[in-house]
Amino acid sequence: MTLRDARRAASRLAALLLFLVAAPAFAEPFADTMAQRLLACTGCHGPEGRAAADGYYPRIAGKPAGYLFNQLLNFRDGRRAYALMTNLLAPLDDAYLREIAAHFAGLDLPYPPPAPPALSPADLAAAARLVAEGDPARNLPACSACHGKEMTGTAPFVPGLVGLPRDYLNAQLGAWRNGKRVAQEPDCMAAIAGKVAPEEIGRISAWLAGQPVPAGAKPASGFATPMPMACGGVPATGAAGTAGGAAGKPR
Amino acid sequence: MTLRRALGIGGLAALGVLVALAGIVAWLNLHGEERLGPAPPRAQAGTELLTRGEALTRAGDCTGCHTARGGRFLAGGRAIETPFGNVYASNLTPDADTGLGTWSADEFWRALHHGRSKSGRLLYPAFPYPNYTRVSRADADAMFAYLQSLPPVMQPNRAHSLAFPFGTQAALAVWRALYFRPAIHVDDPARPAEWNRGAYLVEGLGHCNACHSARNALGATRGTLDLQGGLIPVQNWYAPSLASAREAGVAGWPKHEAVQLLKTGIAPQGFVMGPMSDVVLNSTQHLGDADLAAMASYLQALPPPTESDPPPAAAPAPSARGAALYKDHCVACHGERGEGVPGAYPALAGSRAVTMRSAANLVHIVLEGGFPPSTAGNPRPFGMPPFAPVLQDADVAELLSFVRASWGNRAAPVSALDVARARTGRQ
Repeated sequence: MTLRDARRAASRLAALLLFLVAAPAFAEPFADTMAQRLLACTGCHGPEGRAAADGYYPRIAGKPAGYLFNQLLNFRDGRRAYALMTNLLAPLDDAYLREIAAHFAGLDLPYPPPAPPALSPADLAAAARLVAEGDPARNLPACSACHGKEMTGTAPFVPGLVGLPRDYLNAQLGAWRNGKRVAQEPDCMAAIAGKVAPEEIGRISAWLAGQPVPAGAKPASGFATPMPMACGGVPATGAAGTAGGAAGKPR
Repeated sequence: MTLRRALGIGGLAALGVLVALAGIVAWLNLHGEERLGPAPPRAQAGTELLTRGEALTRAGDCTGCHTARGGRFLAGGRAIETPFGNVYASNLTPDADTGLGTWSADEFWRALHHGRSKSGRLLYPAFPYPNYTRVSRADADAMFAYLQSLPPVMQPNRAHSLAFPFGTQAALAVWRALYFRPAIHVDDPARPAEWNRGAYLVEGLGHCNACHSARNALGATRGTLDLQGGLIPVQNWYAPSLASAREAGVAGWPKHEAVQLLKTGIAPQGFVMGPMSDVVLNSTQHLGDADLAAMASYLQALPPPTESDPPPAAAPAPSARGAALYKDHCVACHGERGEGVPGAYPALAGSRAVTMRSAANLVHIVLEGGFPPSTAGNPRPFGMPPFAPVLQDADVAELLSFVRASWGNRAAPVSALDVARARTGRQ
């Protein structure tokens, strides 16, 4: 074990201990921290995402800050439809939403173990191929082209796809496919999901949920190759409407 | 006299009465309007005028309705939900085809003061011209100059979708004949200048009574002086009385705390949530301290209502289930004795928001959670999580009944039916 590995292990252990201590956060004495201010978020999302009767509250800890900020804007400004989130965020301005995103992006909490996919070897191979290579015949880029070679995301705007449950991935890809989830224009994920068949979505989600999260997983710091298409949520490649006042509304 | 002839005379008489009534309605709608002159050439508006116009537009909270969620600033498109259907706010940017680009200052004044559009069409009072009619001509002109200085946005207006007969101009004319008179604000010489300024803002641009007043079956309030609280239609939040010491009256507060509430969203004795968060976010936090102090003066001087029903002498014993729910979900922030944390989590013991008669807001807050608005004075508000995913109506009722009857609170219990009503808007 190298020194780096040892440090990494120690920091993971510390994070785990912190989590164990912090888990009954509600019983902690009051401290004026961002975590305290944002109990409105962790009440549902928990430290690492949480399944509930009315759906899955995804993990927000450790996701790239730009991605989280864009999602907060999308909910507040009505591009993503979930009334509880929209109402909660309605009275908050861009500056606070940016701080909220940075707070959760900075959390380093352990990931759950992967769920073994219940897929035939042929389906597994097909899913793995789509994720790693896409399908040039359909002009479908590889997931990894933007979400990172290890699929842990690319800072600051593209989220990781590993460490998430199958149901959540299915729901998001399905929602993009039928227009229920909308991002800033050009909405690259809507274009991509529209080209993927529903049964392929099921396979991809199962495959992704079955991948272990690499030790010390962090979003990649930049794209290895230029992004294959323009995305409104990623300012360098997108056109109008980027993070920060996409609506041009002085608040 | 034959029967036919009698019927004929009766019919003629009825027709005559109808024509006379229509004439009265038309007269009540149009009398007092000056003839609009030809539009004068546009002068270049000075910076001072534009700054004043912007401040007045903020004071009127125009963006609260005329900016759609995530939409372009003041370009309209937001649905104002009413019990009669949806009214869609219009585009106020100076786009020539879809906004106010071809309007004159006279026409803008007529919209504010008389509630009529450029074409002469009667406007729906979801646009609060029963209040804006009190705005002075000089202020209307400043607002118009500011709106005309905005970047034009090409965004066609949506047609209103109102149930018959509310969508007709005739029905609107009758409503206006019954409930609308153009008015101007006249200072009361017996009152200080600050109070008069407050009256002008609260009754006029602030249109506070649009929410803080009960509405009758036809959606009319009892006039701009009534601030005795009301359930906001469709949204189903209760806008508390601004006159009552038992609700949101500020007569007993230090004046600077009332100013602080409107400026920052939080004050030592309470803070804003729900629809009022939007008002502070979009409107009052942007007002100058002198105007906020004027509004506070006016609100502090409101005559207290005659409280008809005294609170019950002893609250019913709270249930063990309510206490258990409180311990599970609330105690960490609101405290063992409902004491809260100053500046972060409101105290529930002795809180008017908890004990006032309507529990509608409590239901919304427990189910939906929420933040006070982020403002310059409170940029990182503390939030409350939504409990809709974990609590059923019966749980919410037990929990709220417990809170309303604990630590010296003596308010009536809340039933699961009350919770369902507040949640769904069905009465």
